[in-house]
Amino acid sequence: MATTNVATEAGLSLSAPSTQGEVQIKPLTMNFGPQHPAAHGVLRLVMEMDGEVVERADPHIGLLHRGTEKLIEYKTYTQATPYFDRLDYVSPMSMEHTWVLAVEKLLGITPPKRGQYIRVLFAEITRILNHLLNLTTFALDVGAITPALWGFEEREKLMEFYERVSGARLHANYFRPGGVNLDLPAGLADDIGAYFDTFPKFMADLEGLLSENRVFKQRTVDIGVVSAADALAWGFSGPMLRGSNVAWDLRKAQPYDSYEEFDFDVPVGLTGDCYARYLVRMEEMKQSMHIIRQALDKLSKTPGPVKLNDRKVTPPTRGEMKRSMEALIHHFKLYTEGYHVPAGDTYTATESPKGELGVYLVADGTNRPYRCKIRPTGFSHLQAMDFMSKGHMLADAVAIIGSMDIVFGEIDR
Amino acid sequence: MSDEALKELGDYIGNALGAAVVKTEIAHGELAVTLTRAALFKGIQFLRDDSTTHCEMLADIAGVDYPDRAERFEVVYNLLSVKHNHRIRVKVATDEDTPVASIVSLYPVAGWFEREAWDLYGIFFADNPDLRRILTDYGFEGHPLRKDFPLTGFVELRYDAEQRRVVYEPVKLTQDFRSFDFLSPWEGMTDVQLPGDEKAVIPLAARPAIADKR
Repeated sequence: MATTNVATEAGLSLSAPSTQGEVQIKPLTMNFGPQHPAAHGVLRLVMEMDGEVVERADPHIGLLHRGTEKLIEYKTYTQATPYFDRLDYVSPMSMEHTWVLAVEKLLGITPPKRGQYIRVLFAEITRILNHLLNLTTFALDVGAITPALWGFEEREKLMEFYERVSGARLHANYFRPGGVNLDLPAGLADDIGAYFDTFPKFMADLEGLLSENRVFKQRTVDIGVVSAADALAWGFSGPMLRGSNVAWDLRKAQPYDSYEEFDFDVPVGLTGDCYARYLVRMEEMKQSMHIIRQALDKLSKTPGPVKLNDRKVTPPTRGEMKRSMEALIHHFKLYTEGYHVPAGDTYTATESPKGELGVYLVADGTNRPYRCKIRPTGFSHLQAMDFMSKGHMLADAVAIIGSMDIVFGEIDR
Repeated sequence: MSDEALKELGDYIGNALGAAVVKTEIAHGELAVTLTRAALFKGIQFLRDDSTTHCEMLADIAGVDYPDRAERFEVVYNLLSVKHNHRIRVKVATDEDTPVASIVSLYPVAGWFEREAWDLYGIFFADNPDLRRILTDYGFEGHPLRKDFPLTGFVELRYDAEQRRVVYEPVKLTQDFRSFDFLSPWEGMTDVQLPGDEKAVIPLAARPAIADKR
């Protein structure tokens, strides 16, 4: 605790210090986390406090470091995909998305349209999944419990779609280089459509709880303000960058997987504070809903294969495998040796729900990546924690962490 | 961006930086510029401030280890221009002992990326104000992403009930880690010299043993 040196009368009579009548408070070093509900995982934040005001914040990360990049170097390209689910585990398919695009770029292949639309559909469902978790736990951090209870129910419904398409609620391993693993099961498209008919009602309820909530606004407006220049210099991306009034979205600027065919807006916040970031995410969910409807519409008009018909990259169907010797050989080769990716390197990035998720992939012509550097989004956001929280109260630091949308799976890798 | 536009941009950078540019590559619609180590700071400063390149954001710094090269490490900077919507990749080579200039004063975000490259590869960045380890454990030894660092590592961790704390011990594996070599000589995709292959290359007459018999 803080030590207080008060010049006492006895002290005065003895040595008469010059700090007469002054109260000196030593800065207090405080450990926040690694086990703290508002730390969103295993964040250890060493803070120097002047009373209740943060003077310096030093995030210690790496407590969830699993060596993903090293492990990927020892796996084939196919085996590496599931590691991406485990990066940002609240938006797994968006992580896979960057990976498969990077591999496709080096292989020089493009998936068929239907595969691309399915990817867009699930990338946007993932965006809603991620924002639902972030916004509601953010609200939980600043004192509102109800949004979390409601939001998690909706998340569960969305994860059911994940389960129906891939068999897993979280770690889907559904996107594959060359397309997606399987086509949508019968009836899923209709069910997704039906669900998103009810979703606007939920969004209205959520907004009613938070957007004009006095307590929520007191805790977020003018907290953690980042200017546009600072946001760029600190490498912000996604809602963090757009909240600071920079209209930058990779889906628009450098479209991938037919995003250029979709009509959607990029919301931008004007003030750069925690509240602006909240509003950006809120609007992004509505835009995602808009994209999902368009994707469902396009899917209904685009029959056909969902993955490339190239047996040197994509495996044959189960049925084919039971009847054709060629197919059996291909299946065996793809799941033991995998495919060889021509030598070269690429930096491929997508607009994941949290921002720019990049993969710097170096291939050396073998069946395993030579180097796979994952550019996490939260890494650079968390680095800015020091300058964002300086001069704020301790409770505001919690609000700032909440608005950053950090998940340690991807930061620590 | 089209390849012509990238080539133009690459030529522009080449002209402006002169001898600092070792190599310019365009592949997969991406521009990569290799700079000399001495000119790295100035080169990146130019890419940030020049109105044509105008890379206001540093997306990523990646270390790569090529143990066969004379300077084994490559540091790869991925720069992004939000204004012009292009990416420029800057590469620079170094080894275990030679420091690379830190670019924290140009991009504050570089601080942690450089710490990461230091932690995982042991690439030293001169003038980084805070070059501590970042991802590995407190007190970790070695640089795990180097190619000569084994996947299993050297130590493992367990809770010791008697000492009532976590202790480090040398790694004990019931079975050694198996790394399968899938390099196939049939596909012609690799330029690996397999034992016996050299006979196919050398002409019959040049083989001394056989020539003597004749």
